[in-house]
Amino acid sequence: MKRRIPQELWFVVGGLVLFGALFVAEKTLNRYLLHILILMGIYSIATVSLNLTNGYTGLFSLGHAAFMAIGAYTSTLLTFPVPLREAYDLPRLPWFLGGPDAAWSFFPALLVGGALASCAALLIGAPVLRLRGHYLSVASLGFMVIVVTFAKTLKGITRGPMGISAIPLYTNVYWTFLWLFITMYVVWRIVNSRFGRALMALREDETAAQVLGIYPMKYKLFAFVVGAFFAGVAGGLYAHLTKAIRPFEFSFTLTFQIVVMLIVGGMGTMSGPVVGAVLLLALRYALKPLEEHLKLYGLIELVYALLLIVIMLWKPEGLVGRKRVSARGRQERKEEGEWARFSILR
Amino acid sequence: MFSLSYFLQQSMNGIILGCIYALLALGMTVVYGILRLINFAHGALITLGAFFMYFVFFRLGLPFVAALFLVLGFGGAMGLVLDLVAYRKLRGGPEVALLITSLGFYTFIENFTKLIVSPQPYAFKTPEFLATLYRTPYLTFRTVDVFIIFSSLLIMLAFHLFVKRTKLGIAMRATAENLEVANLMGIEVNRVISVAFVLGSAIAAFTGFLWGAKYGQISYDMGFLTGVKAFVAVVVGGVGSIPGAMLGGFVLGLAEILSIAFLPTRFAEYRDGIVFAILILVLLIRPSGIMGIREEVRV
Repeated sequence: MKRRIPQELWFVVGGLVLFGALFVAEKTLNRYLLHILILMGIYSIATVSLNLTNGYTGLFSLGHAAFMAIGAYTSTLLTFPVPLREAYDLPRLPWFLGGPDAAWSFFPALLVGGALASCAALLIGAPVLRLRGHYLSVASLGFMVIVVTFAKTLKGITRGPMGISAIPLYTNVYWTFLWLFITMYVVWRIVNSRFGRALMALREDETAAQVLGIYPMKYKLFAFVVGAFFAGVAGGLYAHLTKAIRPFEFSFTLTFQIVVMLIVGGMGTMSGPVVGAVLLLALRYALKPLEEHLKLYGLIELVYALLLIVIMLWKPEGLVGRKRVSARGRQERKEEGEWARFSILR
Repeated sequence: MFSLSYFLQQSMNGIILGCIYALLALGMTVVYGILRLINFAHGALITLGAFFMYFVFFRLGLPFVAALFLVLGFGGAMGLVLDLVAYRKLRGGPEVALLITSLGFYTFIENFTKLIVSPQPYAFKTPEFLATLYRTPYLTFRTVDVFIIFSSLLIMLAFHLFVKRTKLGIAMRATAENLEVANLMGIEVNRVISVAFVLGSAIAAFTGFLWGAKYGQISYDMGFLTGVKAFVAVVVGGVGSIPGAMLGGFVLGLAEILSIAFLPTRFAEYRDGIVFAILILVLLIRPSGIMGIREEVRV
């Protein structure tokens, strides 16, 4: 308990420094760089929240883009200005959301977007998380396809493939980094609690964790749902930054980018996801002129994929992470020498 | 509209799509059975196979049979390269590392293809001798449809015999049953795994050709959803079961085609959604699939 107070203090000090730096950044950077900075914040939120399932719990969700889509569309529909709704074929809000003449303000809209993403995660996680971790990868990927399909076909709500434009610009550096701060704080609190240790125990050895009285389903579902909430918020921030959203933006490419950011930075670390998001976005905007001038479409994704493979093969703990040898693996290796290399099936 | 001939026609389309899924599911289920790896890169081999066929057959004008064998060889070689370069290094590590790496390889190959060919889809003409149209009172079909069904059945039969009758096939099953024990019995596990990758990838590349010949269009991203759906077929049929994978492929193909054929046209866009809804249903009701056995957890 003694060590906790100074760590909390670090968060406060870090937060103050961060917002001081943001103030300076907002005054000095031009609009393009500021846009990139905000994107870095949004992607960091998405990556940090993905880390909760993929890094700390050892599940591998590939549906993050779907939760971002849910958050983006929900918050957009809530905040969209009333006078423009007619022209953009968007429905007015029903009575329980404030009636036809209401448009929500930004913060509660983000919360509702996140909450809806959480509900979706609950719905998809409940059947799938009972099973072996792999099924979550495929089922969450499938869920993403389903969400994109709905976004394309429910034309009365989402305007279909052409998407929604003229979304009010609400996202700024302060909102974004406030949310990043909240996300990191929540993840940090979870990870450094009994709950978080249970998650990591499940990651290391599910059977052993069960023996200790950890009910896997409950903990996994919790991690998945919390991760989805912040993904939804990130989606909402994204929509109110770019001012236009289309269904295909929230497809596998987006999920893949976030996954690469997480892995390059380091799964299961606090700073890794942020480092990964910042580095890879910087790389993206450095390569973008090259891709456009030389007409090498796909170059950025190619580089991302290459980075992912290189990291996985030579530094799987990521840039920030430290090499982690699980107790079990070490013992097996000692006892069985070479054989441990083959112990894949358990 | 919903006449007998319409039903037969759509069923045939479903069976053909089912053949494609079943062929892909074969390779995926063997690899998953041994390594617990959902091999996303498997989907990329469909794309590679299709484009390779396009270049050797249409551009270089090689004879059809020679081109087919080249495609098979190319696919197999790619499978071997992936295994040697990457997957072998990761064995024994956390299972999820393999999955992530295969995802990386998928995206790498997809964007490499996009860079080299073009972001636009290519038209893939059906070879002339496969394009003859037959009309019967109930069914209209082309030679290529017959070709797909027969070649698929042939490959499945050959694969079945290989796994059941040959020494290498038995070794493969033993490895999938228990890798460590198989190793102790003197089976060269690494070689068996390589063979599984080579065979699966060769079949996947061939499937790419079938896809192009049937649907007339190939593109750099054609393999992604097809590959993932093939894994859905594996789950539907029962993970780790080879007959299950084939059955799952046919079930999925028929379900996909028949559901869009008999639902009102405005549901046509839900096609991919329907496949994954089936997956979630199966996971909910019978997670071990049609023919699978419950995976037991050993300490």
